[in-house]
Amino acid sequence: MGQITLNQITKSFGDVQVIPPLDLQIDDGEFVVFVGPSGCGKSTLLRLIAGLEDVTSGEIDIDGRDATEVPPAKRGLAMVFQSYALYPHMSVRKNIAFPLRMAGLDKAARNAKVDAAAKVLNLTDYLDRRPGQLSGGQRQRVAIGRAIVREPAAFLFDEPLSNLDAALRVNMRLEISELHQSLKTTMIYVTHDQVEAMTMADKIVVLQAGVIEQVGSPLELYHTPRNRFVAGFIGSPKMNFMMGAFAAEFDAATIGIRPEHISVSRSEGKWSGRVGVSEHLGSDTFLYVEVDGLSDPVTVRSTGEVGFRHGDTVYLTPDAGKIHRFNNQGLRIA
Amino acid sequence: MARAVTTRRKTINTLAAWAIGLLIFFPILWTILTSFKTEAQAINDPPLFLFFDWTLENYAVVQERSDYMRYLWNSVIIAGGSTLLGILIGVPAAWSMAFVPSKRTKDILMWMLSTKMLPAVGVLYPIYLLFIELGLLDTRVGLTLVLMLINLPIIIWMLYTYFKEIPGEILEAARMDGATLKEEILYILTPMAIPGIASTVLLNIILAWNEAFWTLNLTAAKAAPLTAFIASYSSPEGLFYAKLSAASTMAIAPILILGWFSQKQLVRGLTFGAVK
Repeated sequence: MGQITLNQITKSFGDVQVIPPLDLQIDDGEFVVFVGPSGCGKSTLLRLIAGLEDVTSGEIDIDGRDATEVPPAKRGLAMVFQSYALYPHMSVRKNIAFPLRMAGLDKAARNAKVDAAAKVLNLTDYLDRRPGQLSGGQRQRVAIGRAIVREPAAFLFDEPLSNLDAALRVNMRLEISELHQSLKTTMIYVTHDQVEAMTMADKIVVLQAGVIEQVGSPLELYHTPRNRFVAGFIGSPKMNFMMGAFAAEFDAATIGIRPEHISVSRSEGKWSGRVGVSEHLGSDTFLYVEVDGLSDPVTVRSTGEVGFRHGDTVYLTPDAGKIHRFNNQGLRIA
Repeated sequence: MARAVTTRRKTINTLAAWAIGLLIFFPILWTILTSFKTEAQAINDPPLFLFFDWTLENYAVVQERSDYMRYLWNSVIIAGGSTLLGILIGVPAAWSMAFVPSKRTKDILMWMLSTKMLPAVGVLYPIYLLFIELGLLDTRVGLTLVLMLINLPIIIWMLYTYFKEIPGEILEAARMDGATLKEEILYILTPMAIPGIASTVLLNIILAWNEAFWTLNLTAAKAAPLTAFIASYSSPEGLFYAKLSAASTMAIAPILILGWFSQKQLVRGLTFGAVK
């Protein structure tokens, strides 16, 4: 079981309130991702759930029990840290066995569980090594192993992949997703990388300045962002925003169009502009088009290879059904 | 481009280093040499360097006149005891300052350091009276306590610096893994800080061993350590350089040997964190 309910929790450091009253419901078995820019309070929120920070007010329930005052070890949660936080003076085996040793399990039982976890995580050959002798990916697996053996009610991940190189990050992302599918345990995952959020989450919680901007499935956030912030944060490359006359035409203060929802032509279209930078990725081409009357270039995503060059005049046409409209408070107009 | 180091320059550097090293070591060497001279040779003018009649007479006299082993034992107990006690108090204190700092932590650290700036003689009178009142005068317990208190700021400062180098996330991980505060300090923090703790221990043993002000003023006979043993040879009866040197050599020998064998550890501990 791993149902977590946050009820009107707040957190202040001194006079600074980093989390204003916040409610959140996390269901058993869900993979929830907290995402937001640096300093948005996502890590603080995770640490409040872990018990590493005390809430200033409000209540945290874990499986229907009030856990607000319960120390971290007794909450039944396991955490994987960004820096892995392995015990450098212990072998991999002892690292993974540490929570079991603290729980008072005897050596035979500890070894059996460590061996089982090592097998799942491909660490069997490394059990006698020290963390310092492992690569970044292996260290992260040891940290995950240490979390798994406790059979926690929920896993908490604090930006676990940000210290890994790009290729390894994609691999570990898959491994964590697979782990979630086989264990079916609640996972709460903090990241600033919206790609990680989109690919892994059942439910994404977008945070800004300690406030939840929107909660929903990845595709809900993609298709119906509740406000400009979420619209701009989710999706890569970023959504284009247009104001003034461009927006007025659609009865909105601001309109947003994703780069993949704009078609580009040499001869005709709604808006004219010149190609600035173009990025060729092979599968896609990103064009940054300077449109007359707009200060920021408009990003356009075209499939495959296109033959536009710097300075070419092009015409852009948005997919009318995919235009997001926002009022002057930045909220979505239905 | 790397600087080209010529053989000549290397030779000059080596010679200069040796010269400075010998200059610093010279007083100790001279003391040791003098301890093997007769009293007459010790004050000979011009001074005799190596060519004199080597004799062990001074050591025999010193041993006969005073019980070296008793002083040695007192030194061991006082230096070891005060260091052990200081570590037991210093580890939790440094832990709390390094990992759960409050607004006042920096002030407390500065305040502790400031006590080292006060001349010891300034508090001799109150402490002497306290010792009389508490019956601690000329006791090992009393000296152990005083030396522990005197070195505690250094112990806490050193441990605090080492603990600061340990990432807080590792301790948080231990907390998540179910470790109690005691287990966290015992199984995680202490083993990780062993190099730092070891050099703190070594440095404090040396400081306590060499401490002369309090040990001379607060002891008479029973609890007197080796500092008092040396001092007893520069007495009103007149200066006996050779015997004083023999006593000094006997007093510094143990700590010199300890320092020699632990120098690697000491240097590593003192530069801990400076180079990653």
